[in-house]
Amino acid sequence: MEDIPRLGARVVRTEAGDVAVFRTAGDEIFALRDQCPHKKGPLSQGIIHGKRVTCPLHNWVIELENGQAVAPDEGCTGVYPVKIEAGKVLLGLKQA
Amino acid sequence: MKEKLILIGNGMAGVRTLEELLKIAPDKYDITVFGAEPFGNYNRILLSPVLSGEKTIDDIMLNDLPWYEENNITLHAGKWVTEINRARRTVRTADGIEENYDRLLLATGSNPIILPVPGKDLEGVVSFRDIHDVDAMLAASKSGRHAVVIGGGLLGLEAANGLRQQGMEVTVVHLMDTLMERQLDRPAAGLLKSALEARGLNFLMEARTEAILGEERVKGVRFNDGLEVPADLVVMAVGIRPNTALAEQAGLYCERGVLVNDTMQTYDPRIYAVGECVQHRGATYGLVAPLFEMAKVCANHLAHLGYARYEGSVISTKLKVTGIDLFSAGDFHGDETTEDIVIKDAAQGIYKKLVLKDNRIQGAVLYGDTIDGSWYFQLMREGTNVSDFRDQLLFGQGHLGDSGHSGQNAASAMSDDMEVCGCNGVCKGDVVNAITQKGLFTLEDVRAHTKASSSCGSCTGLVEQILMSTLGNDYSETPARKPLCKCTDYTHEEVRHTIREHHLTSIPDVMAYMEWRNSDGCHVCRPALNYYLISTWPGEARDDYQSRFINERVHANIQKDGTYSVVPRMWGGLTNPAELRAIADVAEKYAIPTVKVTGGQRIDLLGVKKEDLPAVWSDLNKAGMVSGHAYGKSLRTVKTCVGSEWCRFGTQASMGMGVQLEKMAWGSWTPHKFKMAVSGCPRNCAEATIKDFGVVAVDSGWELHVGGNGGVKVRATDLLCKVKTEEEVKEYCGAFLQLYREEGHYLERTAPWIERVGLSYVKEKVVEDEESRKALYARFLESQKFAQQDPWAERAAEQVDRHEFEPLKEVV
Repeated sequence: MEDIPRLGARVVRTEAGDVAVFRTAGDEIFALRDQCPHKKGPLSQGIIHGKRVTCPLHNWVIELENGQAVAPDEGCTGVYPVKIEAGKVLLGLKQA
Repeated sequence: MKEKLILIGNGMAGVRTLEELLKIAPDKYDITVFGAEPFGNYNRILLSPVLSGEKTIDDIMLNDLPWYEENNITLHAGKWVTEINRARRTVRTADGIEENYDRLLLATGSNPIILPVPGKDLEGVVSFRDIHDVDAMLAASKSGRHAVVIGGGLLGLEAANGLRQQGMEVTVVHLMDTLMERQLDRPAAGLLKSALEARGLNFLMEARTEAILGEERVKGVRFNDGLEVPADLVVMAVGIRPNTALAEQAGLYCERGVLVNDTMQTYDPRIYAVGECVQHRGATYGLVAPLFEMAKVCANHLAHLGYARYEGSVISTKLKVTGIDLFSAGDFHGDETTEDIVIKDAAQGIYKKLVLKDNRIQGAVLYGDTIDGSWYFQLMREGTNVSDFRDQLLFGQGHLGDSGHSGQNAASAMSDDMEVCGCNGVCKGDVVNAITQKGLFTLEDVRAHTKASSSCGSCTGLVEQILMSTLGNDYSETPARKPLCKCTDYTHEEVRHTIREHHLTSIPDVMAYMEWRNSDGCHVCRPALNYYLISTWPGEARDDYQSRFINERVHANIQKDGTYSVVPRMWGGLTNPAELRAIADVAEKYAIPTVKVTGGQRIDLLGVKKEDLPAVWSDLNKAGMVSGHAYGKSLRTVKTCVGSEWCRFGTQASMGMGVQLEKMAWGSWTPHKFKMAVSGCPRNCAEATIKDFGVVAVDSGWELHVGGNGGVKVRATDLLCKVKTEEEVKEYCGAFLQLYREEGHYLERTAPWIERVGLSYVKEKVVEDEESRKALYARFLESQKFAQQDPWAERAAEQVDRHEFEPLKEVV
């Protein structure tokens, strides 16, 4: 977990594409497919605030918990289950 | 147990308050609504199009019945509340429903004024306030021929126009000798009257109604001079009066309206009131913009947040008669202490008048061309001193500086399929549909839903015009006071001032001290706060990379596919074979797909993979090149022409000057990007007069120009002053940069900044006051000590922020 900066994100490369792993100010960890539902911007590069991330391309705001775009924008990106054990981040790569 | 909230009055102000409340405290109350009309909440502003047949009642519903169910609101539609018992905290309807409350919200609106003349109760005499009235008018238009509208104000003219479109012969009767005298001066009213006459309306001016004639049904109207006109329908539109009956019955203090304080509370603190029924600081309001401002404040207090205050509204008026554009605001008559600026072109149907006092706009009347209405209104509310551009004021914002964006500027002349927003491909029809179907009222709403004007912003005026013409007199403007973002109510200035006064040096400190609503802010405020902190406390405030936009975090420009572009600095636009060779080698080694020359005389390497960035930089560093900051809100480039070093026309060494300026200013963070250029003679081949700071050499020295922009809206620079030596050029440039750095709002370019503060102000600080200039320059040089480290070298050689450029893990 320490490898991810607070209010930051890192990328896990997988065969099925990149997964963005986010760490909030409160040390919660979330994982989303690293693609904005709008124009596929890399969400891992966005600014994280609360439990949301703002896409760097066109400022869509995406909920980290469920991958939904915040209204009035509409769209959704894939969510991956995450577990923390003794400071280690475990990622469920079968897409939830 | 939840508290019980009762709303009396199922109209726009009351329901808007509930919507605002549900946004911030969705589970606080059990909500019950009483409404006298048997509908959900509809958009009263759009009654005119219903009357003229352009829309139906279903089109103008804002909250239909399922909305109340979805939000667990009990709606008693078609029920009159006749009694409030404040001791027992209950309300009771005419047919005996009784409910108790913890908090009560009154939004009883207003009643039309009915002239006390004989015959006022005859069948066929109506007002123009609700669906019921519109139904009665439509019925009359089918059976009868003649309509008389009493009242030549906003509402009366809209009613008259609608009835005319339904095929009736319409006569408008007005007590005064000019129409809409509260909104228009005499010339504008004259133009309006001619235009309406051309559409077939008849007018009787200075006519006092004596009696309405008829047995059961209206047959005609008689005036005090004895004239009688036939009428199958009479519409009374002489004004409205706040509906205070229920409040008075309950013993709440009322004057013209129900008295409320700045928190929208009546004399009984459990009872709030909003909308047309209230009187606040002596004023009553009949337009929707103030009502929505009240709704926001009221919801804030109902939610127990307790920090919002309503301080009254300045209002403007537009007429919603298809094809006639009208705007008025403030005191447009003026007196002996004011001055008028007027344009009148009767043949084109254009009239514009501004009333100025001490070079500040006091009032405005626009007829025919209203595109600049909201601009004048903003200048008026903000009390901007217009002396610097007074000679161009009436030509409009588009003519300030230069010609501007060449798009459409008259929304009414556009068809539905014409493009409004070129960035996001939004047509006029899209905007109109979103406004009517989604019930939008503000520019912000339209931006959020359609994206129109949300990118470069050059079509903002057009979108506002469409809002105006769709909603008419009632569209609600963006408030004059612009909070920094949704996390706070404080403005940019207040935040900056607090950071300086209280010596705040970190984002969490600012957010705690200024009571930010979201603990780590949002993507709008965090970059702004980070800039304000590092520019106010250089060397002391820590640069928070997680609060920077990705480009400034990784020192390259993100592209649409997630790759990056790299632009090495070339001082003054000069390069050499070694640098070019290094660039060529890098492009080949890392298989960089596109190499392009930029507008700022640099070379751009596009399509670099993020993980290759440190290695690319390392190779460029080895050839002596550093970051070009093409990605930052920072000094970008200094363009130069060859100048006297080579050119047969050159008067000064512009390349050398450009290199000196760039060496001095590189690395500095600014509110928005900052571009410079130096031309060696007045032929100005470096295009210095569309830069933030442009230098043009003349035989006797250097002309310094500021506030230019070659982007969205072309704006030529203003001449700041003329100086003699290169050292002076640097001093003035540094001082100007520092003034902008200290006072510009984050993401505000120098052009709008100068238009906001005025060129005179900048001249005063940078040119006239030598002490001020030297102090600014010294502060700039001081802050540069902390700014001039090459971020590429830090990352390439010193491995700073390595995590940014490596994946966390590869699972393949």
